[in-house]
Amino acid sequence: MRFLTANPSYLQVTPLALVILLFLLFPVATIVIVSFWDYNAYQLLPDFIFENYEFLLTSSVTLSAYLKTFFFAITSWLITLTLGFTVAYYLAFYIRSPLLQSVLFVLCTVPFLTSNIIRMISWIPLLGRNGLVNSTLQEINLIDAPIEWLLYSDFAVILAFVHLYTLFMVVPIFNSMMRIDRNLIEASIDAGASAFQTIFQVVVPLCKSGIAIGSIFVVTLVMGDFITVSLMSGGLSASVGVLIRNEISLLQYPAAAAGAVVLLITVLIMLSIMFRFINIKKEL
Amino acid sequence: MSFDDKKDLKDNLSASTEPKEERSGLSRRGFIKAAGVAGGAALGSGAITGFPMIWAQNIKDITLRQFGTGVSNLNAISQKAKEDLGINLELTALDSDAVAQRVVTQPRSFDIADIEYWICKKTFPAGTMQPMDTSRLKNFDKISQLFITGKLNDDSEIAQGTAPHTVGFVEGKESVQFASEPTNWMTLIPTIYNADTLGIRPDLVGRPITNWRDIMDPAFKGKTSILNIPSIGIMDAAMICESMGEIQYANKGNMTREEIDATIEILKAAKSEGQFRAFWKSFDESVNLMSSGEVVIQSMWSPAVAAVRAKGIECKYQPLEEGYRAWGGGIGLAKHLSGLELDAAYEYIDWYLSGWVGAYLNRQGYYSAAPSTSKEHMSADEWGYWIEGKPAQGDILSPDGKVMETAGAVRDGGSYWDRMGAVACWNSVMDENKYMVRKWNEFIAS
Repeated sequence: MRFLTANPSYLQVTPLALVILLFLLFPVATIVIVSFWDYNAYQLLPDFIFENYEFLLTSSVTLSAYLKTFFFAITSWLITLTLGFTVAYYLAFYIRSPLLQSVLFVLCTVPFLTSNIIRMISWIPLLGRNGLVNSTLQEINLIDAPIEWLLYSDFAVILAFVHLYTLFMVVPIFNSMMRIDRNLIEASIDAGASAFQTIFQVVVPLCKSGIAIGSIFVVTLVMGDFITVSLMSGGLSASVGVLIRNEISLLQYPAAAAGAVVLLITVLIMLSIMFRFINIKKEL
Repeated sequence: MSFDDKKDLKDNLSASTEPKEERSGLSRRGFIKAAGVAGGAALGSGAITGFPMIWAQNIKDITLRQFGTGVSNLNAISQKAKEDLGINLELTALDSDAVAQRVVTQPRSFDIADIEYWICKKTFPAGTMQPMDTSRLKNFDKISQLFITGKLNDDSEIAQGTAPHTVGFVEGKESVQFASEPTNWMTLIPTIYNADTLGIRPDLVGRPITNWRDIMDPAFKGKTSILNIPSIGIMDAAMICESMGEIQYANKGNMTREEIDATIEILKAAKSEGQFRAFWKSFDESVNLMSSGEVVIQSMWSPAVAAVRAKGIECKYQPLEEGYRAWGGGIGLAKHLSGLELDAAYEYIDWYLSGWVGAYLNRQGYYSAAPSTSKEHMSADEWGYWIEGKPAQGDILSPDGKVMETAGAVRDGGSYWDRMGAVACWNSVMDENKYMVRKWNEFIAS
């Protein structure tokens, strides 16, 4: 008791610690344990085997799924970063009236009022073989035959990711841009820097934390996704998430758990690399 | 099978079942009426009118939770059950994988499982369901022989795969061991079954389709689809590979590792050449793929074809030379059911077989497991169109009253005996299931 009164911070941290213990550490520990179990068509068999990992780490399917997932993650990250930065920059530096700024910012979030599945599905009639895009292009005689790769392709998957996740870039970058002292920009221009030099040598370094937070959002969301990939690729591509989901639906929980553990480790490594570049704690 | 055989068959079917059904059909209806009266009286006055069934007034308070695939989880059925029996039926529709998962992992979340036979083979041994005492079912003898002996008639051959009768019975009340011949203990009461084939867009394929291999025709590059449910998809793939002359299977329903490898190789090659537009997992996806013109030939389920046609788009459920891939479903009891709830469940299952539901399902293009009882609930024209493969005399209506076909239309694939007699293989789960699923994942990820 005296210990607690001497260090009230322990008491303060207890609720959060309990929540994390119950809702994060306990489930993750369960997944790790189950990943060593055995299974057959309809049952989990408590055991301690490495077969799940052995198969996972030696299978060519895992490799190709990871390559595909990295491809999706990196491409979506690059595009959402470019778009997000541009939009945030425009909002922060070009719009002068704070009211208009808020209105436009809210406007950015409007698509998020509907579920992300609906936002995804609504692309399908647009991009299909006889969809709006193809029929319009054909009507104005730009193309003779419908473009096939618009739907059920990697293009469609990345389009959906960009559509879904750009806002996650806009918000934190906009937030850090708003905190940049405008005098610094002025000083930079007075010192003779061009607009581009100002952006890359003043604005970007000062937005690092926003960029990092946005990147964490986008990369982790894409790495763990399965529904966008299976819907927009028409089931033709498989990301790591899709493989895990397939295994879950076939009652192969231990194999799925092993897949989840490996994915978790991969994403943690990626995050630790990101944190190497940017010390978020310091920047915030 | 010659025409005469078929005629004999029909005669057999009607001769063996019709007289009996007349009697029990009547007594059954009498019973239901009486139960209704008793229920109503109990409700109105609080007094029981001396009807011998003591639980007749209690059963209306019983709620049974049934879940299963979308095909037979229909609100109309729960409404009618409420009307006839007074029980509340809560329905949940899930996809096949989710159904299998739930039977095993959440045994207390349901009272009645509506599952397919191949799922039953996987899940029944988990011990979360109880077999049914066939002597408690008045309509047991109305169930088609297909589910008892596996033979549509005495000299028909048993198709490959998980034929329903092989997992239809267990050895005893507490057993999870499937019996090799009919016993008193049934795992599932068959409710619904059908023969599946490829669906085509006759307006877009531009040539007659006669074989499973036609889906691999380079002319349809980027315009085909197969279903991405491994245990069913592999069957369609096997039908295709066998039709191409690439592989000869000993048993498509239980492939060896070499056969699985060879099949997946062919699929992978076709995928890398861009033969497939997409893979579908759910009913709606297949309807959308077909009606939007994304694909012109694909594996399909019968009501999906009807759904495409209902949009005014031509679509045909094309019979093929090699035969059909069949599937069958049934309802079974959860292990935890006992007492009054168990009685209600038995009553419900018996009612399910008594004809109204069968007729309802027949009108959707499925087949009911007790054909003779459902015949009573259908008009002669309906029976002729759906079951006998005769041209429709007038409008054929869907169960909800929409016009599906007009006079002169003939069902794709013809009569019940033509279609169910040409089954090449039943949906199944293989001994090498784990290996097959891994290879299938490889194909999807390739």
